[in-house]
Amino acid sequence: MELTTVWFILIAVLWIGYFTLEGFDFGVGMLLPILGRDDRERRVLINTIGPVWDGNEVWLLVAGGATFAAFPNWYATMFSGFYLPLLLILVALIVRGVAFEYRAKRAHEEWRRGWDIAIVVGSFVPSLLWGVAFANILRGVPIDADLEYAGGFWNLLNPYALLGGVTTLLLFLTHGAMYVGLKTDGPIRLRARRLAVQVGVAAAVAAVAFLTWTQIHTGNGGSAVLFVLAALALVGGLLACSQVREGWAFIGTFVAIALAVAGLFVALFPDVMPTTLADGASLTTTNASSTHYTLTVMTVVALVVTPFVLAYQAWTYWVFRQRIAIHHIPEEELAAAG
Amino acid sequence: MDALDLARWQFGIVTVYHFLFVPITIGLSAIVAGYETAWVRSKNPQWLRLTKFFGKLFLINFAIGVVTGIVQEFQFGMNWSSYSRFVGDIFGAPLAVEGLLAFFLESTFLGLWIFGWERLSPVLHNACIWIVHIGTLLSAYFILAANSWMQHPVGYSYNQATGRAELHDFFAVLFNKVQLATFPHVIMAAYLTGGAFVVSVAFWGMLRDRERGDDHQTFRHGVRSGAGVLLIAGLGVAFTGDISGKIMTDVQPMKMAAAEALYDTKSCAPFSVLTVGNLNGSKHTDIIQIPCLLSFLGTGHFHGTIQGINQLRAEYQAKYGQDPGRPYYSPGDYTPIIPVTYWTFRLMIGLGLLSAAAAILILYVTRRGRAPTNRWWARLAILLPLLPVAANSFGWVFTEMGRQPWVVFGLMTTANGVSPTVGAGLVATSLITYTLVYAVLAVIEVGLMIKTIRQGLPDVTPTEPSDGGDADRPMAFAY
Repeated sequence: MELTTVWFILIAVLWIGYFTLEGFDFGVGMLLPILGRDDRERRVLINTIGPVWDGNEVWLLVAGGATFAAFPNWYATMFSGFYLPLLLILVALIVRGVAFEYRAKRAHEEWRRGWDIAIVVGSFVPSLLWGVAFANILRGVPIDADLEYAGGFWNLLNPYALLGGVTTLLLFLTHGAMYVGLKTDGPIRLRARRLAVQVGVAAAVAAVAFLTWTQIHTGNGGSAVLFVLAALALVGGLLACSQVREGWAFIGTFVAIALAVAGLFVALFPDVMPTTLADGASLTTTNASSTHYTLTVMTVVALVVTPFVLAYQAWTYWVFRQRIAIHHIPEEELAAAG
Repeated sequence: MDALDLARWQFGIVTVYHFLFVPITIGLSAIVAGYETAWVRSKNPQWLRLTKFFGKLFLINFAIGVVTGIVQEFQFGMNWSSYSRFVGDIFGAPLAVEGLLAFFLESTFLGLWIFGWERLSPVLHNACIWIVHIGTLLSAYFILAANSWMQHPVGYSYNQATGRAELHDFFAVLFNKVQLATFPHVIMAAYLTGGAFVVSVAFWGMLRDRERGDDHQTFRHGVRSGAGVLLIAGLGVAFTGDISGKIMTDVQPMKMAAAEALYDTKSCAPFSVLTVGNLNGSKHTDIIQIPCLLSFLGTGHFHGTIQGINQLRAEYQAKYGQDPGRPYYSPGDYTPIIPVTYWTFRLMIGLGLLSAAAAILILYVTRRGRAPTNRWWARLAILLPLLPVAANSFGWVFTEMGRQPWVVFGLMTTANGVSPTVGAGLVATSLITYTLVYAVLAVIEVGLMIKTIRQGLPDVTPTEPSDGGDADRPMAFAY
């Protein structure tokens, strides 16, 4: 297999890792005020993702870095072209990350309410915009013959892309609720399960619409199979959830997101960013890529390091496998004003 | 201002801001890990109290360091897309390796350390923070390898057909001679910063808690150990800085000339400590001048030759042509902004030396169980970390501004690296957004630091690891 193809697959894997992992911590973040009815319940929710959210986010950084290294033209065109959405995502990730760390540091109601808003908005914005960005990549954007993005911000807001955004948003909400169902105990667990099924039905509708549209627009045999399997996994997850099989339910949304993202990359290949301009040029795995030497070096590093990363990340989930309930949260007096 | 100016200001602001937190993360992770090791080995709870106290401050600092780091990785593509296309084959690899090798280690093991007090054995728990520290070192290594390549490109060839620089020797990039001097210099500066931070906070606490025997004694351990780190790191910074200066004279002579505002080639070139005047070569008066010192810093001999700005400019014009791409300073001028390089170079060295000198002073006044009683000492100590933090910032401003007008020395000018499709309006939007968000975060961060420092040392109750048996008790640490 061509090394450029290998790296296309590896970058797909990194994005799959990112969306399946940070997807649920985005979901938990957005569900904070819905599933957590008081401060202690909200602390239960935050602590389910406390030890892992940052490690989940590194999948994004590695996806970005790997794109820079393996497909510099893709990195350059996409990041400069999607300037405003990426700015919004970055600001969201900044305030969200600080919020997790700082929220518990003061026992003041207003302080915590402020950071709660940061967590909800900081989780909502990327959940929506990553879908919008990926849909635009699949749909094609104006790229001129110099491989530069030739559109504006409003090009990115089209019905298909917005549907993509709504799909990732609803999928992450469902995924997050499944995770809460798996990782908590008590009333939150019950609420999370119920919500997971309700939002999950909406997510399934949006996902089927979006994936069908994608399949008609740019799909192939492989993507069709993956999309169908993704839809089945999602439905399976929802059924498992309604049968109180929380582990299987979470695996269901996890696999559904993984297969759907895999399908999107299969539909995209061998383009990495198709153009909509007649006289423009599409970015492909060939014309966007680094040299054979760089790809070889990177392949060696990836093959050596990735197994360790997967092993110790999995170990973290094992160490913190215990369900969290209200009585695990240390008691404290909340002062009214900061 | 056009998009280029704005993009440069943005890069400067977000990078300097990010690097306010990075050295503290590197330095403090090592010191906290050391305290925990001391506790694991001696079972003296004073070390555990220091571990938890400085651990808390470490996390407050780490949070902002991490989130501002995301911007760093993204803005090469967002604001410097032509640069990214040109160097991606070389520059992207260390960045990707940094993420895969370092960021995963740091974030995963930090999560284990924060939440793992009861779930991991003390030795394993301590290993987690050491691994975090190793992660910070790896991260520094790869990002500095990328930066060193921009100062002194090696292991590549220019491909006419693709119009870009292409890698042919990854190890040459990793073991670039600029990198071999820069990495230890930056790490020593980080330990200097971490040491200064610990000394400052512990000294303040020691004086405040004079009446509380155990707190006072515990903080004294903090002061003495922190000052030890500060002193050793100070020597390390000076030593590595000296090597760095010689390599810089060799590979970027213009930067060395600009550091002294030395216009004409000289042997026995002097180093001026202070200057009045406009530094543009026409008229300036040196107030304090040390003869031949610049020659020694640059070459290792007091009579070594340091090339002057005028000769180098002529040489570069002959070599690279009159116009380095889009003119940024003035057509055909290969000179950085001299007052900026001149003053940042001095401030970097001066503030760094002052930090190390403070260590000697602190060790002296706390010798054999003594502690000063005057409250001014506590106030001065609080300002101590500002010295290395400022020295770090000036150091980076010097090394990046001193490379101008190049973004990759001798290969690409900064003006040619900017994103052609991102207009001034967009860059202004992001510049204002980052600046505002960062300013608010700084205020919150400092407030939280002060609150945590005022709370003083935490009480520690020994915790035993329990894996399941006692599952219903509250968590030892929770967000």
